[in-house]
Amino acid sequence: MNSSVITFPGSNCDRDVDIALKKFGFKNKMVWHDDLELPKSDLVVLPGGFSYGDYLRCGSMASKSKIMKSVLNFAQGGGKVMGICNGFQILVEAGLLPGVLLRNKYLEFICKNVFVKVNNKDNSYFKDVKKDIYEFHIAHNEGNYFCSNDQIKEINDNNQIALFYSDENGNVNEKSNPNGSLQNIAGIFNKQKNVMGMMPHPERMIDPALSGEDGSIFFENLINNLR
Amino acid sequence: MKVSVIITLKKDVLDPQGKVIQQTLNGMGFGDINEVRQGKYFEIDTNENDKKKAQEKVEEMCKKLLANLVIENYKIIDSQ
Repeated sequence: MNSSVITFPGSNCDRDVDIALKKFGFKNKMVWHDDLELPKSDLVVLPGGFSYGDYLRCGSMASKSKIMKSVLNFAQGGGKVMGICNGFQILVEAGLLPGVLLRNKYLEFICKNVFVKVNNKDNSYFKDVKKDIYEFHIAHNEGNYFCSNDQIKEINDNNQIALFYSDENGNVNEKSNPNGSLQNIAGIFNKQKNVMGMMPHPERMIDPALSGEDGSIFFENLINNLR
Repeated sequence: MKVSVIITLKKDVLDPQGKVIQQTLNGMGFGDINEVRQGKYFEIDTNENDKKKAQEKVEEMCKKLLANLVIENYKIIDSQ
């Protein structure tokens, strides 16, 4: 399986995702934002970080960079595109996912482990996944998902919510919502479910010595689904 | 021609920064405030001398980059 990770100026989780993808069997290539062509890929990942210093709005500049034309074409042709954290922000700014990520409700940068609950397994990202509730790490200032009333209706009608913030038992409520996200949304799909954005970082949970292994379960399952 | 445009959050979008600014102003003794909403201001100096054309260009910039229309409105307030 071939994957590509795009590096924007200010990306800082690109190498972490590279390590995670390679650990679970992807042949990964790093792609510079100024390139025009994507290498042959089964999965494209937009990593976390602070592309363009979060100027104007998080992800807004990166969403207009040269490589994004190829990413848009790839996604529109059904290619799998995953955005993590800043990558999620870039995907909404590029119009590949609905809505927007606002400043966290209590105006603080949040850096901690949270639990997320998988909402929809009928897609390449979570099909046959062994667990429903994952402990992932979040580190963001703008993760407060928001969209219009019409958009949230469409998102629910099409079962586009990928992940909810929950507690360790899977309860989705205000207490388990770290940033004020609409309906506790931690990750969403596009209508076709080939594009996914999420605020948590599964790539930070692939080593039992450092963190935990819930990310390992996610990446292992993902490559099996793409095979 | 210099075109000035302001970008504001839509009415029903929460503005936590505005809220904190309001609380601070209240704390400083400015008691009579109903609400504070924070926005952005841009001055765009273009070589286009036709006012209508310059405004149309800036409007396109707003739609494509300067504003996110899911949460923000834009308004051209001056061209000279």
